[in-house]
Amino acid sequence: MADTRRPLSPHLQIYKWQVQMVTSILHRATGVALAVGTLMVLWGLLALAGGEASFNQFKVCVGSPVGLVLLFGWSWALFYHLCNGIRHLIQDTGAGYAIPQFVRSSWLSIIVSVLLTAIVWAYVLTMGGAA
Amino acid sequence: MSAPDFQNPLKRARGLGSSQSGVGHWWTQRVTAAALVVLGVWFVATVLCLLHADYATAKAAIAKPWNAVLLIAFSIAVFWHAALGLQVVIEDYVHTRWKEVVSLVLIKFLAVLGALASVLAVLRVALGA
Repeated sequence: MADTRRPLSPHLQIYKWQVQMVTSILHRATGVALAVGTLMVLWGLLALAGGEASFNQFKVCVGSPVGLVLLFGWSWALFYHLCNGIRHLIQDTGAGYAIPQFVRSSWLSIIVSVLLTAIVWAYVLTMGGAA
Repeated sequence: MSAPDFQNPLKRARGLGSSQSGVGHWWTQRVTAAALVVLGVWFVATVLCLLHADYATAKAAIAKPWNAVLLIAFSIAVFWHAALGLQVVIEDYVHTRWKEVVSLVLIKFLAVLGALASVLAVLRVALGA
């Protein structure tokens, strides 16, 4: 009968989640999210170029609850993609591929990105909020 | 003993491999990524400095030559990097050929338009047109 010690096929539903899978999937997901977020940067630049009225309108939209939630999400996505991107650049040199190092650097990407997001928003709050 | 080599010498000299495009995509993605490590941190810092800026302050800050240059560099690098990344996502997940090609071209159009619009906006602010 079935020998449970043999390697299992990677059927996603029963596959044991590992942090390396999470960081890989998140890198792609945050990349796509940031591509959309770039449009908000573009909007901001166009609003600034368009004059005072359009810039103020942009500020109101960004400072609205929906705008702030999006901004918070994009800030974490940016920091995560940045941290994990640096990790990938280092790995592109051939370094850090031993499994323990790979797992450790995965956690490092996640933890540092969360820390950076917390620091930035703590700064925003001490400056009296984002709106 | 090494494997027999069936590759045509011309093929090797061109260095384009079976994808016909060599390592161009891969390398450009890394170069724009390296640029964005620096430009991205600079961008976040700049935005944080302009947290409660009114229109005149924001405009004056972006109009500063170095800020304008870096913002243009950031915009071009971001749209380029995004186009390369989204290209891979589309190639991986869109399996109907015509939808794939249409999406790929659309992404390129949008990225170029976005980059051009960003550059124009920064130039307008910087040059006061």
